[in-house]
Amino acid sequence: MNNRLKNNLFKYWAITCTLFGIAMLLIFLINIVIDGVGRLDWNFITDLPSRKPELAGIYTAIMGTVWILGLTAIIAIPIGVAAGIYLEEYGKKSRFANILEINITNLAGIPSIIYGILGLEVFVRMFGLGNSVIAGALTLSLLILPIIIVATREAIKAVPKTIREASFALGATKWQTISQQILPAAGGGVVTGVILALSRAIGETAPLIVVGALTYVPFVPQSPMDQYSVLPMQIFNWISRPEKEFATNAAAAIIVLLLITFIMNGFAIYLRNRWQKKVKW
Amino acid sequence: MSYKLTADHVNVWYGNFHALKDISIRIRPNTVTAFIGPSGCGKSTFLRLINRMNDYIDGFRMDGHILIDEKNIYAKRVRVEELRKEVGMVFQKPNPFPKTIFDNVVYGLTIRGVKDKHTLEEACESSLRQAALWDEVKDNLKKSALALSGGQQQRLCIARTLAVKPTVILMDEPASALDPISTAKIEELIAELKQHYTIIIVTHNMQQAARISDRTAFFYLGELVEFDTTVNIFTAPKEEKTQSYITGRFG
Repeated sequence: MNNRLKNNLFKYWAITCTLFGIAMLLIFLINIVIDGVGRLDWNFITDLPSRKPELAGIYTAIMGTVWILGLTAIIAIPIGVAAGIYLEEYGKKSRFANILEINITNLAGIPSIIYGILGLEVFVRMFGLGNSVIAGALTLSLLILPIIIVATREAIKAVPKTIREASFALGATKWQTISQQILPAAGGGVVTGVILALSRAIGETAPLIVVGALTYVPFVPQSPMDQYSVLPMQIFNWISRPEKEFATNAAAAIIVLLLITFIMNGFAIYLRNRWQKKVKW
Repeated sequence: MSYKLTADHVNVWYGNFHALKDISIRIRPNTVTAFIGPSGCGKSTFLRLINRMNDYIDGFRMDGHILIDEKNIYAKRVRVEELRKEVGMVFQKPNPFPKTIFDNVVYGLTIRGVKDKHTLEEACESSLRQAALWDEVKDNLKKSALALSGGQQQRLCIARTLAVKPTVILMDEPASALDPISTAKIEELIAELKQHYTIIIVTHNMQQAARISDRTAFFYLGELVEFDTTVNIFTAPKEEKTQSYITGRFG
């Protein structure tokens, strides 16, 4: 009886905890939607920022986000995936790889503002990139590299050893085995990890404040050297204004940002499922 | 008559563990040789020496020589990719790639740069025929290999090995994960393949060794205890250890 009681107690405790998390999220979502959904229309998305809350839109912020995210993807994906392949396939036994591994795991836990300071020192000042899109993208790349590396390694680890052996036994070189067997089989996991990393990057504000993203940009970046703003920066800026109407704008922008994140996550899940159907063990 | 494979005083260590002790053996072409012995006796280790699959294991070290067609396969200038074209391998668990049946069979050719569609199709058909799988899959070559049954998958793996035209085929307990009917098919296949290939098979199943092999090698604790014709090993072993193993007194 006592054991059964404990069993049930734990079950209900676990359910309560789960519900607590979901309830908090729901309250937040409902609040935001109530505040912001009335402000959402096509003009809000295509308008430039303005001092007048009813005229202000998020066009430049969205375009800044697209620029930042695109460049971050171009920089972080090849480096992160290649580093993951190296650590899993080539550098496995060396002491050097061990040290790298510990450091990468630690890097994933560093507060993002620290990356901002690093980006400020290295990209903005040392490389003289200023507060440009490319400096911001490089900083965010550093931030999500550990996530991509870890996801790549996990995906490669999940490929059965027997596949590798079969490929080698047929006379394939290491690179042929990696490129023709391991990466295609691990692709679903890699892609999922990459998208999740990018959806982390899309919401980051702190490091971009440090490397100089602007809060008021009346133009869309034309090149990687241009100045920019991003959605979270715009939201941050509007929330810190005293006028109540800007708070409504912030809520509407939050809805847009959340939608983009949900779509990206949904796309990640879709890709993972599709890949799993194609590659069954 | 010359020998296909000669091993000369081969020793293998994994770190400090002396896994194979002074193994010398000579195998003639177009024969089936069975390696038997209890788990951990070194028979698989020896098999995997022949296509250098042990090279990837941490702490692996060997001395002595292994010659195939009189050529030392551990010589410095030997490229393992070339060696493995000569020496194919079939594993214990069927391990098809998660690709189509066709792509599985021709993988060994495409990685060597064969692109001509006609050549690939011909190689695919003849390999699948040799592996006695053609009639079962000829209409489904574009289907995933993973949709096949375990026994079919193993024959696919054999076909994949045959496609690169090796002269030696190593089999590491190829039927141990299969049901009796699939096992019988694999055994029939081995008897057929013997005409064109030199086959070395590791098996836990002594009846299987007796049924399919010409010669049998008994390994125990890293030593080659006895190597003789299969008939002699199973009816008149010279060594006491062989006698007690084949009669089931240990294992």
